[in-house]
Amino acid sequence: MGGKRTLELALATPGLDAAGNAVRVPLTGSAAAAPEPDLRTDHMLINIGPQHPATHGVLRLVVELDGEVVVRVIPHIGYLHSGFEKLGEYRHYNQIIPLTDRTDYLSAPANNVGFALAAERLMGIEITPRCTVLRVIACELSRVISHLVWAGTTAIDIGAFTVFLWMFQERERAYNLLEAWTGARMTTSLTRVGGLMADLPDGWTGQLRAWCQGVPKTLDEVDRMLLRNGIWLGRTQDVGAMSAEEATNWSLTGPMLRASGVPFDVRKDHPYLDYETYDFEVPVGEHGDVYDRYLVRMEEMRQSVRILLQALDRLPDGPINARDPRVILPAKRQLMSDMESMIHHFKQVMEGVPAPAGEVYFPIENPKGELGTYLVSDGTAKPVRWRIRPPSFLNLAALPRMAEGHLLSDLIAINASVDIVMGEIDR
Amino acid sequence: MSDAAIPNPSAATLRARFGASIGASGVVGGDTIVHVVRDRAHEILAWLRDAPGERYDYLVDVTAVEYRDRERPLEVVYQLRSIPRAAMLRVKIDLARDHALVVDSVVDLWQGANWLEREVYDMFGIRFRGHPDLRRILMWETYDEGYPLRKDFPLRGRFSRAEQVRRALAADLSAHYSLDELSIAEAYDALPADMRERLATGREGEEW
Repeated sequence: MGGKRTLELALATPGLDAAGNAVRVPLTGSAAAAPEPDLRTDHMLINIGPQHPATHGVLRLVVELDGEVVVRVIPHIGYLHSGFEKLGEYRHYNQIIPLTDRTDYLSAPANNVGFALAAERLMGIEITPRCTVLRVIACELSRVISHLVWAGTTAIDIGAFTVFLWMFQERERAYNLLEAWTGARMTTSLTRVGGLMADLPDGWTGQLRAWCQGVPKTLDEVDRMLLRNGIWLGRTQDVGAMSAEEATNWSLTGPMLRASGVPFDVRKDHPYLDYETYDFEVPVGEHGDVYDRYLVRMEEMRQSVRILLQALDRLPDGPINARDPRVILPAKRQLMSDMESMIHHFKQVMEGVPAPAGEVYFPIENPKGELGTYLVSDGTAKPVRWRIRPPSFLNLAALPRMAEGHLLSDLIAINASVDIVMGEIDR
Repeated sequence: MSDAAIPNPSAATLRARFGASIGASGVVGGDTIVHVVRDRAHEILAWLRDAPGERYDYLVDVTAVEYRDRERPLEVVYQLRSIPRAAMLRVKIDLARDHALVVDSVVDLWQGANWLEREVYDMFGIRFRGHPDLRRILMWETYDEGYPLRKDFPLRGRFSRAEQVRRALAADLSAHYSLDELSIAEAYDALPADMRERLATGREGEEW
């Protein structure tokens, strides 16, 4: 039930004593002699959400309270359920990519990459070196964007408004970059099976480099404000802690798992997109509380910036799409002048690309944790099953375990620290 | 991740230890898949979690697959990972269509299975024996159009839009509390009959 908590309320004080402490008025008369009244009453059931700014989306929490202490939390999800997995069974593989934008909508490019990698393994497609590096850039950029939003909104939940503005300023700059690349800020639909929807525009790498210079400065400023801030420490340390064993058993994932001291990162343990060739560290926490989750995510952003700079340095020239006429559309110029290309284009768009019968589970390290794409094909152009293994679904499932025994206000801090996105949880 | 078709050694170990309870196994797309019989699945999964050479301490995912081919059985799919060994294993249970869709819950092994199994129940109608709180999770408790991810469930749902709207407007919002909460909240009379029955008889010893 967490640590021992005492709450002292000085209702009135006549001033300060010589040491600077508030002078307490002693209870006198019959009140001093009377025994402590029994203040226990019935538990109260309160409903938070689904429309509440502190629930980060349409999450509904039914909370049973004993005074101000949370006895039980019952989360209700599904308010944003859109049946993505069902829809996917009626879509061609490339038609599913816009759906992946809308799952974890704070890191759409990474979701696009995760799905494309799974479909490519299913079909046995090799992507080009330039495409590989561009996808790393997309994944790391979305990790920073997602963590920026996390830090901003969590700080607001705990009562620090400034962080939100600073973080969102950086996020806007990142969204400008994404907009220049893909034409969209949030629903990027960046990848195609076998490649990307577009190459970088001129001058883009220079802009990304400039952005990479600015972000660590903002992070340092935020750290200076929060790292040793008494209010921040009081609200986050020892709050919602999960031990390493618990975190593993509850299938926590991503920064939540690592903050509890489990050094697991898909990029290191099951590398994809040549992550094993990049030089970066995986931050691991010790206490698994809200504070350690903050430290882990802040450091992950710095490491992502490191990866981005390395990716920019090695970005090779060359095509972005695989030379695989099964999945890659003919060039627009050919299409308009060559009958066979026209037929090819038409058949591919209308009939889709059949994947060989089989199945694949492809995990990637998304900002919120391990995003798994499980595809089952029966040899047709539409998957039999498209399963998203949503990281924040599993992280949120442990919320009752983390919050019970803490104060109601801690519940808000813990829920914020989970970094949920309801689009992904409800799908 | 290499695509080499080298099976995860756990597949052979399982076959040596559990013999006929292990069905087909193989490597598909670089991943090792082992089919196990339903009745010993819990025992096998517990062994995979605890045996010193296996240590699949992390449950990645629980889901189900229904094929378009009506002859093929439904599959319950467990994605397991051993974090210390950086190994992955996919365990499947085939559920014949002429049998009840029931498997043993693994929540006692991995707490992470709680919501995952609820989602499989919600979407496929597969029940998990021994689950502490098996109720719908993405759809609401009184949803009665069936199980959305089953292949016989039409993309637009079973009811017409008009019927869906009519039901939504007629629903008593209090009935959207869970059984747990109803021990406190006063919405008993608004519940459908089967929920009232479950609440009255308690959840222990429930048999499907």
